[in-house]
Amino acid sequence: MKSMRPERMVKLAVKNLSQYKLRAGLTMLGIIFGVCSVVAMLSVGEGANREIQEKIQRMGSQNILIKSVKIPQEGSGGGSNFRAIASYGLKYEDAEQMSRFVPNLAASTPMKVLHFDTRFKERRLQTDVIATTPWYLRVQRYRLMRGRFLTNTDMNFGSPVCVIGSRLARILFSGFDPIGQSLIIDKDAYTVVGIVGDIAQGELPSAGELWLDGENQNVYIPLRTYLQKRGDLFIQWNEGGSVLEQIELHELILTVDKQEHVVRAVDAVRRILQKNHSKEDYSIIVPLELIRQARETRRLFNIVLGSIAAISLIVGGIGIMNIMLATVSERTREIGIRRALGARRRDIVLQFLMETLILSISGGVIGLVLGAVIPLAISYFANVRTALTVPAFVVAFTVSVSVSVVFGIYPARRAAMMDPIEALRHE
Amino acid sequence: MVPIVELKNAVKEYENGPLRVRALRGVDLRIDPGEYAVIMGASGCGKSTLLNLLGCLDHLSEGDYLLGGDNISKLSDDELSEIRSRRIGFIFQSYNLIPQLNILENIEVPLFYQGIPEREARERAIELAERMGLSERLKHKPMELSGGQQQRVAIARSLVTDPILMLADEPTGNLDSKTGHEILELIDDLNAEGKTIVMVTHDDEVAHRAQRVVRVFDGEIVSNEWKGAPKQ
Ligand SMILES: Nc1ncnc2c1ncn2[C@@H]1O[C@H](COP(=O)(O)OP(=O)(O)OP(=O)(O)O)[C@@H](O)[C@H]1O
Ligand SMILES: [Mg+2]
Repeated sequence: MKSMRPERMVKLAVKNLSQYKLRAGLTMLGIIFGVCSVVAMLSVGEGANREIQEKIQRMGSQNILIKSVKIPQEGSGGGSNFRAIASYGLKYEDAEQMSRFVPNLAASTPMKVLHFDTRFKERRLQTDVIATTPWYLRVQRYRLMRGRFLTNTDMNFGSPVCVIGSRLARILFSGFDPIGQSLIIDKDAYTVVGIVGDIAQGELPSAGELWLDGENQNVYIPLRTYLQKRGDLFIQWNEGGSVLEQIELHELILTVDKQEHVVRAVDAVRRILQKNHSKEDYSIIVPLELIRQARETRRLFNIVLGSIAAISLIVGGIGIMNIMLATVSERTREIGIRRALGARRRDIVLQFLMETLILSISGGVIGLVLGAVIPLAISYFANVRTALTVPAFVVAFTVSVSVSVVFGIYPARRAAMMDPIEALRHE
Repeated sequence: MVPIVELKNAVKEYENGPLRVRALRGVDLRIDPGEYAVIMGASGCGKSTLLNLLGCLDHLSEGDYLLGGDNISKLSDDELSEIRSRRIGFIFQSYNLIPQLNILENIEVPLFYQGIPEREARERAIELAERMGLSERLKHKPMELSGGQQQRVAIARSLVTDPILMLADEPTGNLDSKTGHEILELIDDLNAEGKTIVMVTHDDEVAHRAQRVVRVFDGEIVSNEWKGAPKQ
C-alpha cells in the first residue's frame, strides 16, 4: 500500500488539532515556556560568561599583574596633624630583579596610575593618567586608532607627549583634531601624539552582543617624563584630608612568552616579592588562573542551567503525553473506524505522532521567538548583559521537539495497538 | 465461478481469562458474486462475530477463510488492513462517521489510506455524495445531518473504493421505518448493480428483500433459505 503524502498528514493533523483549540493551546504553552526559558537562561548565562571572559582576556592570558596595595599603618591615626609619608608598594628594584630572574619573560611593563585634572583650552576632565612604557599598548591589547603610541625615543628623552583614549578625544577635543594639540595634565603641558581605542579589534565580541561597557578615556604618558617632572611623591586626597604617599610603581605587568610558562614565572615573582617586602603590600593577579576558574564556574553554571532546562522540557513532554493520551482515548472510536476502513497500525501511529509534532514544533517556534525577545528586554530594562547564540536556539528547539516526540510515541502506539472491533464498540 | 466468500469450518473463540466463549463453532458459508444475503438470529448468537470475520477485522481461531479465492486466514495485521482497504465496504448501525471531518472528507477517508491523489479522491467523493442525494450537504459535519443522511454518507464511504464485498451490521437499526426503507432501497439498488452484500438484521421485513436468509443459532448456521432458485 502506498503511504500517504506528508502534506496530507499535516493537513489532517492540523484539522484534528483545531478541534481542540483550547487544549492544544494549553499544551503548547508548556512547550513555549520550556523552550523560551531555556533560551533566556542560556542567553543570560552566556552574557555573564562573556563579560567575565572579556575582562579576563583584556588582562591577557600570558600576563602576570602585580599591584601595589596600601595596608593600614598602625599608629598613624593618633596624631592627626602629623603628616607621615605613606610609603608602600612595588619598587623599581622589584621590577629590576624580576626582569633579571623571572624565567621566560618576554616583557615587563611598569605603570604609575594617577588621577589628575586634564584640560584642553577651557574644557576640563578628571581622569586616570597612566605613566608607562611603549610595551603597554601590546600588553593591554588596545587598538591604535590614530597617530602613534609612546616610543623608546619618548622614554629616552623624557618627551612631554601623551596618547589619549578615544572617549577622551571625543569629549575633550570635540570639534578639534586632537593630534598635535596641547593637553594640560595638572599644570604640565603634553602634546597629543596618538589616540587609542578600547580593546583590540580581534577581541571585540561577536555579533549578537546586546550591551557593551567601558570606553577608554585614559591618558598615557611616558613614565620617564613623569618621573622627571614629578617624582614618586604625590598627594592622595581622602575623607580625612590629604595624605602624602610615596609609591614607586602602582602596577607591573609581566608578559611571559608562552602560556605554559606562566605558572613557573608566578613562582619566581612570588619569591622575589617575599624576599623584598616585609609586609604584603602587593597583590598578584594571574589572568590565566582566573580564566581557569571562570571556565570551571561556567561548567557548573551550565550543569545547573542544563538540569533546570531539562526538567522544564521534560515537564512539557509529560504535558504532551498527558494530552495525547486523553485525545487517544476520546478518539478510540475514530481509531476503530479508520482501522476498519483500511488504516494500518503505522498509519495510526503516524497520525498521532504528526499531531504531537505539530504541537511541539509550533510551540517551539513561538518559544524561540519569546526566548529571543525576553533577553533583549532583560538587557534593556535591567541593564544586564545577555548574548543570544545560535546553539542556544538549536539546543532548545531540537531537544523540546525530540522530547515531545518521545513522549508522543507511547500514546500513538497505544492508539495503534487497539483492537479495531473493541474500538468500534467504544462509546 | 469463484465465490466471494468461502468459510470452511470457521471457529471463533474468545478468551476472557479462564472463560472461553465459542462465538462460532464450525461455520461453513459460501457467498457468490452478486448475492444479497441476510444473516438473522437471536441476540448473542454470533452474527456480528461472523460479519467481523468476513470483514477481516478479526482472525479465525480455526478453519479457513477464502475471500475472492485468496486464503486470508493467516495474513498479518498489515495485510488484513490492505484487504479491508481494497475489498471490503462497511456499513454500521451507528453510522460511524468521523465527527471532525465534513461529509466529503468522511467519504474520502478510505481513499486516503490507498494513497489516491487528493483531487481524484475529491472527484469520486463528490460523485458518490451526489448519487446519495447529499449534494446540498457536502461541507456539513455529520452532527448536522439526520440519521438517514448520515447513513447515506456511510454508504457512499463504503462504495468509494469499489469493494467486492459490502457488509452491513443492522444498518437500519437506529432509523425510523420510513428512513430505514429508503436506506434499504439504496442497498437494493446496489445489489441490482451487481454488488455482493451481506447484511445482519433482526427485522423479518428487511429479510424479505434479500434473496437469501442465513439463520444462525448459538454459533452455528442452522438454515440457508434461497428465494426462488438458489444461485449456484
Ligand atoms: N470480544 C469478545 N470477548 C468475549 N466474548 C465475546 C466478544 N465478542 C463477542 N463475544 C461473545 O460472542 C457471542 C456472539 O457475540 P456477537 O456480538 O457476535 O452476537 P450478535 O449475534 O451480533 O448479537 P446482537 O444481535 O446482540 O448484536 C456472544 O456470546 C458474546 O458475548
Ligand atoms: Mg451484533
